[in-house]
Amino acid sequence: MLMESPRKDYMIMAIFTAVVLTMPLWTAPFGASYPDLLQKFAIYGIFAVGFNLLFGLTGYLSFGHAAFLGVGSYAAVWSFKLLSMNVLPAIVFAILIAALFAVLIGFVSLRRSGIYFSILTLALAQMSYNMAYSVLTPITNGETGLQLEHGDPRVLDFAFGAEETAGLPSTNLFGLEMSGWPGFYFCAVVLILAFFLSLRIFKSPFGLKLRAIKSNQNRMMYTGYNTRPHLLLVFVISGMYAGLAGSLLAVTDPLAGAERMQWTASGEVVLMTILGGAGTLVGPLLGAGLIKYFENIFSAINEGVLHSAFSFLPDFLNDFLTFIVAPFVGEGWHLTLGALFMAVVIFLPGGIMEGIRRLTGLAKRTASHRGGKGSARTGGPAHSAEG
Amino acid sequence: MDNIVLDVSDVHKSFGGLKALNNINLQVEEGKIHAIIGPNGAGKSTLLNTIIGRLVPDTGSVIFNGRSITGMQPHEINQAGVVRVFQTPEIFPDLTLLQNVMIPAFASKEGPVKFNFFRSLFGEKDVREQAEEVMLDLGLHDQMNRPASDLSRGDKRRLEMAMSLVQNPKLLLLDEPTAGMSRADTNRTIEILQRIKARGKTKVIIEHDMHVVFSLADHISVLAQGAIICSGPPHEVKGNPVVQEAYLGGAHI
Repeated sequence: MLMESPRKDYMIMAIFTAVVLTMPLWTAPFGASYPDLLQKFAIYGIFAVGFNLLFGLTGYLSFGHAAFLGVGSYAAVWSFKLLSMNVLPAIVFAILIAALFAVLIGFVSLRRSGIYFSILTLALAQMSYNMAYSVLTPITNGETGLQLEHGDPRVLDFAFGAEETAGLPSTNLFGLEMSGWPGFYFCAVVLILAFFLSLRIFKSPFGLKLRAIKSNQNRMMYTGYNTRPHLLLVFVISGMYAGLAGSLLAVTDPLAGAERMQWTASGEVVLMTILGGAGTLVGPLLGAGLIKYFENIFSAINEGVLHSAFSFLPDFLNDFLTFIVAPFVGEGWHLTLGALFMAVVIFLPGGIMEGIRRLTGLAKRTASHRGGKGSARTGGPAHSAEG
Repeated sequence: MDNIVLDVSDVHKSFGGLKALNNINLQVEEGKIHAIIGPNGAGKSTLLNTIIGRLVPDTGSVIFNGRSITGMQPHEINQAGVVRVFQTPEIFPDLTLLQNVMIPAFASKEGPVKFNFFRSLFGEKDVREQAEEVMLDLGLHDQMNRPASDLSRGDKRRLEMAMSLVQNPKLLLLDEPTAGMSRADTNRTIEILQRIKARGKTKVIIEHDMHVVFSLADHISVLAQGAIICSGPPHEVKGNPVVQEAYLGGAHI
């Protein structure tokens, strides 16, 4: 997989770009084709892709990645307040601050591995979350959350002749307002760039070394590698992805609150990555999309919707099915997600991507089975592997 | 003598009350195969571990190529040119054979730290060719793209040999390279070692199998209870009554 020609990488990028940019079309049948939700898919996709660089390649499971998401949001809102409503300085500023923060947390946490590393990242992230509510209130504005106000300095905007408006200003890219479809396409382009970098890292010597660290870190030391700087770099890159995602959340809604840093948010990105397939390129994106879809679409289905969906059935069947399905939708979407997650972890430890691999493998085998005569023998072990 | 590659002098190492190494002095000459033999628990692996930096000696020093490597980090010692082949195969089970051999090749090419995350592996033709060449030499090339976890134990040990040789070490340390191998595999390993001996690489071998020791070694040191009791060319060691008493319990080789 790692040795294939670079042409394949261009193919992957071309297909990926096409799929992301046509999202509004193909998500329509699922009822998900509105900019706010698609934007969320893209943003949490970036978050998960970055998390996967750390967890998927090195096996270091960070349980505090939401801290970088939160830091990115705060940094972006501060950039909106102090510098400009333009999103570019906000994103750059957020990535830099998240990187700085990741250097500190990574330097401490990477002294340990395994469960101790996870606990250290969790503790440091929870510490940041609690500090955002207490001693850091001047920076975070505590429970109210950091938001735009009249009288914000916005030095760059005013220097270039912007005038104070009656309402609060909105985020823009050189005048193009970042709401609705432009907002989505902006996030989509950032996602494509983020995915490209992830692809390059996966297929680089550095990425290969990270996989080797995951496979046998001890051996790496006796092979002449100082592993910790490699781990710190990928930890910081991963933190920068989270900071980028956090800044994009602030771009869609210029408000930053500490709840974004809570451990449940850190847990969510772990779920996304494992659900989609840790260590695969596309898996984390599938996981992020699926979880955000459940959170936003499944949760909106209520009994009325179910009744009309089953209306083609006789009344008693309609009532019965509604009764059975209702606990799994609406408020109960967590139940469905939990069941799905359990099923994936038990039957497909490699996530959805493993499921896809098995299905395509099966399809290929059936095709060759049908095509070539006397290939019953090659089909034999395949079936046993499936069982 | 200035052709001494490895000079271990006055090395002591204790674990609690147990003296694992007691005043070890050992000189390894360039281009030679130096075997260390001794009964179980004599301190052979401890000695090897103090050389590669897994353990730090309590006192004494380890000089490699005129430079002290006592107390250096394992990766620094590897970068200096001392490479170890482990007793139980230490490989990267999740990677393919080719990747397993490319990893040490990258370490030799790039040093202990290199952040080349935007470079494509496809551009690293020299490293790949180097790895393929070593694998061809050891007869592993036809399994190049299999995951290393699939290999038999004997093949895993050959893979580890390839991982060590691709680094072109100045000093190769082998910890019981034929332990647990069939006769055929053992002979194959001896053949490989004789071939690389011809290239003038210095080696230290720890071994139980006398057949292996006497078909390869230029110099033998006998370790018993943490001390070297005899050191010399094979024919001298073979006839030494002290060695026969301590190591072989009086039996004749």
